[in-house]
Amino acid sequence: MIEVRFFATLRTDRGKITQVPAEEVSTAGDLLRRFEIPAEEVAILLINGFHSKPEDAVKDGDVISLFPPVGGG
Amino acid sequence: MSNAYYEKIARINLTTGEIKAEPLDLEVAKKFIGGRGLGTKILYDEGVAAVDPLSPDNKLVYITGPMTGSNSPSSGRYMVVTKSPLTGMIACANSGGIWGAKLKFAGWDALIVEGQAPDWCYLNIEDDKIEILDAREYLGVLSEELDDKLKEKHGAECSVLNIGPAGEKQVLLAAVMNDKDRAAGRSGTGAVMGSKKLKAIVVKATRKQLDVIADVDALKEANKACLKIMTDNPLTGAGLRALGTASLVNVINGIGALPTKNWQESYCPTADQFSGETLAEKYLVKPGACFHCPIACGRIIKHDDKVVGGPEYEPLWAYGSDCGNDDLYTIDEANRLCNEYGLDAIGVPCTIAAAMELYQRGFIKEEDCAGVPLEWGSKEALIEWTKRMGDPKTELDWLMSSGSARLCEHYGHPEFSMSVKKQEIPAYDARAIQGIGINYATANCGAAHVRGYMIAPEVLGIPAQLDRTVTDEKAGWAKTFQDLTAAIDSMGTCLFTSFALGAPEYASLLNAATGTNYTPEELLEVGDRIFNIERMFNKAAGMKPEDDRLPKRLLTEPISNGPSKGMVSKLDITLPQYYAARGWVDAFPTDETLKKLGLDECIGK
Repeated sequence: MIEVRFFATLRTDRGKITQVPAEEVSTAGDLLRRFEIPAEEVAILLINGFHSKPEDAVKDGDVISLFPPVGGG
Repeated sequence: MSNAYYEKIARINLTTGEIKAEPLDLEVAKKFIGGRGLGTKILYDEGVAAVDPLSPDNKLVYITGPMTGSNSPSSGRYMVVTKSPLTGMIACANSGGIWGAKLKFAGWDALIVEGQAPDWCYLNIEDDKIEILDAREYLGVLSEELDDKLKEKHGAECSVLNIGPAGEKQVLLAAVMNDKDRAAGRSGTGAVMGSKKLKAIVVKATRKQLDVIADVDALKEANKACLKIMTDNPLTGAGLRALGTASLVNVINGIGALPTKNWQESYCPTADQFSGETLAEKYLVKPGACFHCPIACGRIIKHDDKVVGGPEYEPLWAYGSDCGNDDLYTIDEANRLCNEYGLDAIGVPCTIAAAMELYQRGFIKEEDCAGVPLEWGSKEALIEWTKRMGDPKTELDWLMSSGSARLCEHYGHPEFSMSVKKQEIPAYDARAIQGIGINYATANCGAAHVRGYMIAPEVLGIPAQLDRTVTDEKAGWAKTFQDLTAAIDSMGTCLFTSFALGAPEYASLLNAATGTNYTPEELLEVGDRIFNIERMFNKAAGMKPEDDRLPKRLLTEPISNGPSKGMVSKLDITLPQYYAARGWVDAFPTDETLKKLGLDECIGK
């Protein structure tokens, strides 16, 4: 399974966390499409804690974190 | 000719009671802009670097920038510049709210407070008139209550800056508070106020806007253009308003850079419980904004039966994972206590975290704790020790209120103090984010995240996404961020505007307001000059090259858990690169660098 974590406004109607069978997706972009999130709404996409792009591959056991524009100091 | 300054500084000697208006030197103002830059220049020239910070010889400069009080976005900043009793070096604590704008509206670019009052006093400013009034009846009064009392006395339209009990007692982690929940928080500026027996400064102004802008039409255009950029930007236009800086809890934890249990770990599995998302869901009433700010990053929260200023990212982290706690209500309460006692809401919880590690390792004993053991995650300890640090009585209260460096040194284990230049490090693990470590090590005020916020490019992808794990090019980025920050601070503009604006926009604002003609490159050079005069202040104050360092833990103990497990800071690589970029040798500018920056007064010093 792949674990997808949603943050900030991306939680609206999606909840905080969900699991996706690994065989149903091959890239992070597939996950965005699955959850109907336009790529431009994602400011930070982490795969296992490292900045990644929608075209990057995902595999069983990965944790994907999706953030809209957030920041501060 | 108008130039966005009122060209007037009040010098107030509390020893003699003498108050005089001095002209602002416009040539100096042009070279150092105002705020942080001009404040440091004044203190450098007046020999303050050599004095005892808590003696009558130290001076407190409350200073605005040319943009403070203007119609430009997020232009309500003022700074408290002094010699820090915490670090022994330059302090420049920057705050928002409305107090700074009102000081400017009253017709003052800055106040220089000198000496020591014979008894507790406060300043009352009404336009040109400044008077020293008796504050004895307000001794021991908490900050928010004092704000109310002084408003009752002087009118609801005034704005109040004050110190709480912590500042009165010259606690080294004491902050200067204004407008109830805004703080010039770091480096112990509140203790310097306390040492002068100055409890508050009340400001009332007839003027409601600046009437000294050089080119009103040009500023209107520049404001419009900047506001559009900020509104269109998803972070300054919406993101910060929605969740505030608290939104960072999950981001920084997500990359494994959220220091936990005094930096023994860097990932907290329960961080979402004290995140911006949870804060919004459980307690947020509305976003809060400082003077003329479209960003509105502040959090106005419901706390018991009150509506109060809520925690920013820093105290959420510091009272949260850094102390092994994930209870948000406790963080809200501890943060409120910091505001009430007038305490640095970073330094205090980070010192509690260091004390908890000393307790964990058996150096602080249960019998030392006066009934409240310093156990990880203890809600009672977080609340009670914050109060004790705000109004210390026992030996351990006093030690802890002096910050983690002095505390850990006392127990013979300085390595457990996560500080630089005796100031506690903020909420981003420099082992997982290589560039921010350069800023922690070299910031002239001691460890700080707001002297060159490398988190923007290394984590948030602003203005470009850098690889946080490598050292490549980080030294140059750090220098540029430090220089631009020095210029923005000195203008009196909020640093958060820089999530959307860049040097060209700042130059356009400053030029329109002051009548200067800076190019973006020249503005960065002014920032470079400011950073260097701060460094020369520190040199005169006795700073040594080894003060530009990081705690041993960050250099030699790999991160123990989470996504960044195994990483250490590579400051040994980046620091020499940074010095080369700055034109420094052994932590200080060469005479050639000083000459290039027009700092002739520092050559040979």
